Amino acid sequence: MTWETVIGLEVHAQLATNTKIFSAASTAFGAMPNTQACLVDLGMPGVLPVLNKGVVDMAIRFGLAVGATVAEKSVFARKNYFYPDLPKGYQISQFELPVVLGGQITIEVDGKEKVINLTRAHLEEDAGKSLHEDFEGYSGIDLNRAGTPLLEIVSEPEMRSPAEAVAYAKKLHELVQYLGICDGNMQEGSFRVDANVSVRRPGAPFGTRAEIKNVNSFKFLERAIMFEVERQIDVIEAGGQVVQETRLYDAAKDETRSMRSKEEAMDYRYFPCPDLLPLIITPAMIEVVKAEMPELPDAKRARFMSQYGLNDYDAMVLTNSREIADYYEAVVAATGGKDAKIAANWVMGELNARLNNDNLSISESPVDAQRMAGLIARILDNTISGKIAKDVFDAMWTSQDSADAIIESKGLKQITDPVAIAAMVRGVIDQFPEQLAEYKGGRDKLFGFFVGEVMKATKGKANPGQVNQILKDELAK
Amino acid sequence: MSDQIDVHKVARLGALAVSDDEVAAVGQKLNAIVGLFDQLAAINTDGVEPMAHPLDQVQRLREDVVTEADIHEYVQQIAPKVEAGLYLVPKVIE
Amino acid sequence: MNFHQMTMVQLAEQLRNKSVSSVELTQYFLDRMTQFDGQINSYITQTPELALAQAAAADARRAAGEDGLLLGMPLAHKDIFCTKDVITTCASKMLANFKAPYNATVVEKLNAAGMVTLGKVNMDEFAMGSTTENSAFGVTRNPWSLDAVPGGSSGGSAAALAAGLAPVATGTDTGGSIRQPAAFCGVTGIKPTYGSVSRYGMIAYASSLDQGGPMAKTAEDCAHLLSAMAGFDERDSTCAEGERPDYVTGLNDSVKGLRIGLPKEYFGEGLSPEVKAATMAVATELEKQGATLVEVSLPNTSAAMPAYYVIAPAEASSNLSRYDGVRFGHRCDNPKDLKDMYIRSRSEGFGAEVKRRIMVGAYVLSAGYYDAYYLKAQRVRRLIKQDFVDAFDQCDVILGPVAPTPAWKLGEKTADPTAMYLADIYTIPVNLAGLPAIALPAGFSAGLPVGVQLIGNYFSEPKLLNVAHQYQQATNHHIQMPAAFA
Ligand SMILES: [Mg+2]
Ligand SMILES: [Zn+2]
Repeated sequence: MTWETVIGLEVHAQLATNTKIFSAASTAFGAMPNTQACLVDLGMPGVLPVLNKGVVDMAIRFGLAVGATVAEKSVFARKNYFYPDLPKGYQISQFELPVVLGGQITIEVDGKEKVINLTRAHLEEDAGKSLHEDFEGYSGIDLNRAGTPLLEIVSEPEMRSPAEAVAYAKKLHELVQYLGICDGNMQEGSFRVDANVSVRRPGAPFGTRAEIKNVNSFKFLERAIMFEVERQIDVIEAGGQVVQETRLYDAAKDETRSMRSKEEAMDYRYFPCPDLLPLIITPAMIEVVKAEMPELPDAKRARFMSQYGLNDYDAMVLTNSREIADYYEAVVAATGGKDAKIAANWVMGELNARLNNDNLSISESPVDAQRMAGLIARILDNTISGKIAKDVFDAMWTSQDSADAIIESKGLKQITDPVAIAAMVRGVIDQFPEQLAEYKGGRDKLFGFFVGEVMKATKGKANPGQVNQILKDELAK
Repeated sequence: MSDQIDVHKVARLGALAVSDDEVAAVGQKLNAIVGLFDQLAAINTDGVEPMAHPLDQVQRLREDVVTEADIHEYVQQIAPKVEAGLYLVPKVIE
Repeated sequence: MNFHQMTMVQLAEQLRNKSVSSVELTQYFLDRMTQFDGQINSYITQTPELALAQAAAADARRAAGEDGLLLGMPLAHKDIFCTKDVITTCASKMLANFKAPYNATVVEKLNAAGMVTLGKVNMDEFAMGSTTENSAFGVTRNPWSLDAVPGGSSGGSAAALAAGLAPVATGTDTGGSIRQPAAFCGVTGIKPTYGSVSRYGMIAYASSLDQGGPMAKTAEDCAHLLSAMAGFDERDSTCAEGERPDYVTGLNDSVKGLRIGLPKEYFGEGLSPEVKAATMAVATELEKQGATLVEVSLPNTSAAMPAYYVIAPAEASSNLSRYDGVRFGHRCDNPKDLKDMYIRSRSEGFGAEVKRRIMVGAYVLSAGYYDAYYLKAQRVRRLIKQDFVDAFDQCDVILGPVAPTPAWKLGEKTADPTAMYLADIYTIPVNLAGLPAIALPAGFSAGLPVGVQLIGNYFSEPKLLNVAHQYQQATNHHIQMPAAFA
């Protein structure tokens, strides 16, 4: 008998606001400890929360993007438990009435599309951080992160393999960045995944699930689920029972292990936060967000095909992330919209290769869209050939110079004067009388040899098309 | 009749200590208080919405603009134990 | 001059016509505090240096041509309001050394008006109590009878006023904590409509019920103080937006045609005859001035007490979780681990009544009890609000007792919390509904003051203050002082 894996994911996406969800302190990452924890974040006696409008707008944006219901009324609740990085002794979250209900994410695994339904997405505040090193017998508490807005996105338990879970997480990761509501930085904890994993016999009711907390890479997500599935099957096949618990993935050991003992079963005592009033989202508020809504991946892909004449594959690659799409469109715009296909080839080809090679994201590219457009413009106006352009691009990668400056200083300007090319062609023919004789004798393959020699003689600067034509003419004489 | 309150459980939820000597006395007072709540059950509240706030107000929204400054040196003067800008607590064991 | 016998409005006239400076007036009250507070223990913290500096600044402002009724006027703050760099204890050992790092909005507003902080007055710990016996800083005594309680939780405010140790004071009212001590000490105090006065910096007990307000000798003084305290505050999400009504202009309006509702449930079993008589005497006086009396019904009155003692502890148990010994407040010595630190810090820092309410609150919110207790209480809360809405179809204000009896003896009810809770039955419904209500002196019984309350519709404070003022124009209960402090 086989086992079926059942996976649901809870993703905590840190919202890319300027300020905390309930205070006007900065959310910038990496500041000195506690320098961004104001009185409200510290949970001082007497202070009160006030909701950040930016957080609400981002939740609406997300709801619209996944085709969910944006709740007309949602309510903030307190989740009560003691922990040193939780200053008030409760987390303000949403419980019974979340801000976003339902919605769908379409994933593709092994060429097959599958729709994953979302249960809900709710707003809540992040906790601070406990630092366990450095202090003999003590932990240090940094509350800079306390109060950072989170959107917790909860899926239905509809994924049936680690690959589906990873595809879903990646799709969501791409989407929240596309929407500009999360920077997606998994190392910094901006996008954290909890996986609810259980196994069952096909057709049987759901098995008991374990929750694997705070997985911070897609690779670890896959490994953690794979390990957990094996573990649960082993437990059941050995006659045991899976216990509902929270587990942690240890990447070094590639295993999950139990985090909390059963004896400490939590009773969070959720109740509506009396310091906050019901959040009412009006149709007018939704309209405003809708009007400012960034174009979503599928719509952008269709537009790239119609507007730029790209094929399906190119359009998909170029819309894979909002940053790549924006870069590409900036290049096309800067070249006056001419020959968008060449721009596509350069972005997907040379640029992408160099970025991968140097392990850079497109926002970190040494060659920005303006300089890239300057290079492509010289290809389009025949100043340089595509081959020379690669050398120019290499030079641009390691300098701040424009394509024009590099072409000028290295003398790479393409030779397009037919008289000059003809003279060089004749020089090469004169240089190789034996080859000429063989060619005349029927060895057509030697044509390529002559082309190569001409290009060598011109250091690759002769216009290849013209060289071909003139060489043909001269050899025929 | 209301259930007898589990003193150890509510003390744990409130992070409070109730010694074995006190349990009986504390439990008696708590049960007397909870006993007052029994009369709520007699009131017909069918179809009545729970009321969390006295006024029918809705949540006001704050513009997303940073206005709070770094005050850690000042507020840490009143903290029980601080080092290197961090609040120190007995080691947190995960 | 006997400044302590004057109302705030009279003192303001003295300051305005320069018969006295703010520094002199402040020193006068500081001296009285030194002389008399040992008998009643109304102050937790006296702030003479701050007071004299604020007074000097107020005098300078007046010298520069500024005027203002509150400019240079001394007051006492209930020790629940955070005062920057001044110890703010909330009457708890937990905050015995808590130098608040900021001012409550109320404090900020009164400072801006030029008021002078004499000190921080006693209260029940975290405002949980009706007698000021639940203070980590000792009980406060009733100036009218030193072996009687002053009421609570704003007992320090009321006692300081009654003893002439401050001309006016701030208080807070979650279940009657302004009105009941005002009644017990023979002073006037108004609990404003929920959301009128900012809660920012007012240490939370039960957030959906807490409301700050003024306490003074007269309704007129309360009107002026409330004008400065009330107002929208962007730091409090539950604070009502928009302008506040004018509390002062209508004080002298006639009460002719006013319909006064007498809720029959407030005059039943449990109400002492002397309080009943005093309440009816107020009704008679107002009737004489042209008001009409109508009987109204608030059928769910008896359910208010259990509903309140579910909701308030539920909110409190959560509000008080921040006292964990990490960032401020008491931390136990040598914690052996994290859990030990939490439990010992909190167990040492909180008093018995606070611990009881934390545990009751945790209980009513816990799995299996939430629906039967917490949600049920919230539904009852709506019924209680609806009772008032219906009653205000038939009347303009409601008149009733504040407490079933005058002040009782110190220690009389400390052994039995439920007996103490039962004494709150007339004040609690107002907090659950979020309505405004004013308590005012209505006479004496065996040497102890008796108070009554007027309850109004939402944001009808001007009407309540007007009616109370008209009553006080015709009577003199409110200007009596206990002989030992006169
Ligand atoms: Mg979760
Ligand atoms: Zn969460």
